[in-house]
Amino acid sequence: MAGVKLERVNKRFGSTRVIDDVSMAIGDGEFVVFVGPSGCGKSTLLRLIAGLESITNGDLLIDEQRVNNLTPQERGIGMVFQSYALYPHMSVYQNIAFGLKLAKTDKQTVDERVRQTARILQLDGLLERLPKALSGGQRQRVAIGRAMAREPKILLFDEPLSNLDAALRVQTRNEIAGLHKRLGSTMIYVTHDQVEAMTLADRIVVLNAGHVEQIGTPQELYERPASRFVAGFIGSPRMNFIHVEARTGNDRGCRINVPGVGERDLPQQLPADAVGERLELGVRPEHLHLTPAAQGEGVEVVNVEYLGSEAYLYLQMADGELLVCRTEAPSRFERGERVTLDFDADKVHLFDGEGRALPVADAARRSDRHSEQAPT
Amino acid sequence: MATRQQAATSDVAADMTDRAFLQQQADSPRRERGTRVRRRRVRAAWLFLAPMLVVLAAVAGWPLVRTFWFSMTDASLSSLEGGQFIGLENYLVYDNGWYGIMADPMWWQSVWNTLYFTLVSVSLEAVLGVIVALVLNAHFRGRTLVRAAMLIPWAIPTVVSAKIWAWMLNDQFGIINHMLLGLGLIDAPLSWTADASLSMWAVIIVDVWKATPFVALLVLAALQMLPSDCYEAAKVDGIHPVRVFFRVTLPLIMPALLVAIIFRALDALRVFDVIYVLTSNAASTMTMSIYARQQLVEFQDVGYGSAASTLLFMIIALITVVYLYIGRRQLGGGS
Ligand SMILES: Nc1ncnc2c1ncn2[C@@H]1O[C@H](COP(=O)(O)OP(=O)(O)OP(=O)(O)O)[C@@H](O)[C@H]1O
Ligand SMILES: [Mg+2]
Repeated sequence: MAGVKLERVNKRFGSTRVIDDVSMAIGDGEFVVFVGPSGCGKSTLLRLIAGLESITNGDLLIDEQRVNNLTPQERGIGMVFQSYALYPHMSVYQNIAFGLKLAKTDKQTVDERVRQTARILQLDGLLERLPKALSGGQRQRVAIGRAMAREPKILLFDEPLSNLDAALRVQTRNEIAGLHKRLGSTMIYVTHDQVEAMTLADRIVVLNAGHVEQIGTPQELYERPASRFVAGFIGSPRMNFIHVEARTGNDRGCRINVPGVGERDLPQQLPADAVGERLELGVRPEHLHLTPAAQGEGVEVVNVEYLGSEAYLYLQMADGELLVCRTEAPSRFERGERVTLDFDADKVHLFDGEGRALPVADAARRSDRHSEQAPT
Repeated sequence: MATRQQAATSDVAADMTDRAFLQQQADSPRRERGTRVRRRRVRAAWLFLAPMLVVLAAVAGWPLVRTFWFSMTDASLSSLEGGQFIGLENYLVYDNGWYGIMADPMWWQSVWNTLYFTLVSVSLEAVLGVIVALVLNAHFRGRTLVRAAMLIPWAIPTVVSAKIWAWMLNDQFGIINHMLLGLGLIDAPLSWTADASLSMWAVIIVDVWKATPFVALLVLAALQMLPSDCYEAAKVDGIHPVRVFFRVTLPLIMPALLVAIIFRALDALRVFDVIYVLTSNAASTMTMSIYARQQLVEFQDVGYGSAASTLLFMIIALITVVYLYIGRRQLGGGS
């Protein structure tokens, strides 16, 4: 078992900088997920950790030891590739056994290790099959088995589920979570699917264009996104962003004018000289409250999506923006109806012109207020 | 039923599938339609095959039959049609001692020479071809240029390159002897093409030089189709590159390599030009083709020469069938 530490790691391909000053510390036995949009450098970062790419600049430490110049094997790493990367001409058994580089006399040990791995991943009946005679999910399990049979200190996954259908994805996701509990090894997992990230991770690293946008637990990222990017990336349906104008502001809170809603007091700190600037208000779909409005007032419900357990309402703002609101199903509102908007002031986020989240004033007082309210 | 008989007489292979198909369809109400579709397909297949079959019959079948016929006559080059039918006497006959090709030690010498030449040159070409392909598959500057340059030996007509080599190997003026002498590796010039112990190797060297690019090209194509992620997986697992080559690369390029080898082996079994240019009719390098030509052209004995050609054909056919059989068995077992 081992912790991984990145210190100002950079990676350039020619003149393009793909990884930009990334630092983080991953604890022993932790499950960390890298998420980010396509092309943000997730795979590259993982391959840097694996040792498949060389680090241009910065240090990578495993178990407090600098490993920049060690081979993947010396780093004690196992990796599961997005494309499975199984050896097409070898049976499942051979695929798993091939990486177990033990002396010939140790055939017994290899055999035991392969069969034990197969048992854990429920591959028992498939050991003699070739990869092409397996389903996608089974291939995925073989790939995982091959990586874990060597009992590496650190297991890396590069989008391991992206080739599976939705049902299998959920199932395999659970298997990976179970595997992590059982093995207790450090796992780093790349995905662009935020549901996978939220469900699997102890901590999530959100990457954007090669730099770290935010690192935190799923709850932290969801409830306290550090930037508009993270806020928009985590959560489905996406957070709503509304352009607002600051009326007043100081280090205790601010007052903003929300089109279609009116003036509201928020707990976010706003420097006095930022008053009058254009800000963006971020509201999660479940934090929007709707009440029926008279004709010609409020905003129009332009679409209702019924999902069984809940419904999404799409609202057309005056400036053309679409907002989405999560409600119970069936929805109280129908398409074409008009509604008035409101939101929980202490659940919303405020982002400045550069997309940074404005800090909340005096968090202690706010949480006091919560506990005061709770009994009532 | 009528359809079935028709198919059976027309094409055995098609009939096998046809029958399985019919069996499947036997109790189905769509049987009627199925057979009609099948019949139309078989007819279309024959239509497409016909031109090739006609051409093959004209350029391969007819000469083959004619050669076979000549091999059973005592025709000579001056009176081709005047030959009398003499049965298998060209092959083997007892007339106070054995006569005929099968009793000619020179023939058996040339069979042995051919097999030896084929085995050694094709083995070398396979090994060198794979090595060259691996090198060309690596990333380095000027790779495209080297790839093009590599093909030059293969592109030069054999007679031309053999003549070039003949001069380079010349015992008096050849550059090879000159270089070897200069390096002090030999004290006296070697007569590469005249010395019976060297000439086979001289011929093999030239053939390997010429044909290695062909093997390399086929193998290179196979290498470029290999899944690159497997190699990364092997790298992460810390598997030694040599082991990766023998356990991953080689099995995966094997089909292409087998194809290259059979092409080369067929060429080598009927090798003529390179040997004829380098060593003419010398006994130490006489192959089956050279033997047949000598009988046919120099000794004017068309019947005897045709018999040699027929035997050559049968030996090649036999080796090919055995090779394909083994190759298919192994490939079938492996995949
Ligand atoms: N070998 C390379 N040479 C040059 N640029 C590269 C190379 N590999 C990756 N890149 C670039 O680096 C950036 C990050 O690539 P990477 O594969 O890490 O993205 P990713 O986050 O894994 O995306 P995806 O979700 O699509 O897999 C991309 O813009 C890509 O074009
Ligand atoms: Mg990727």
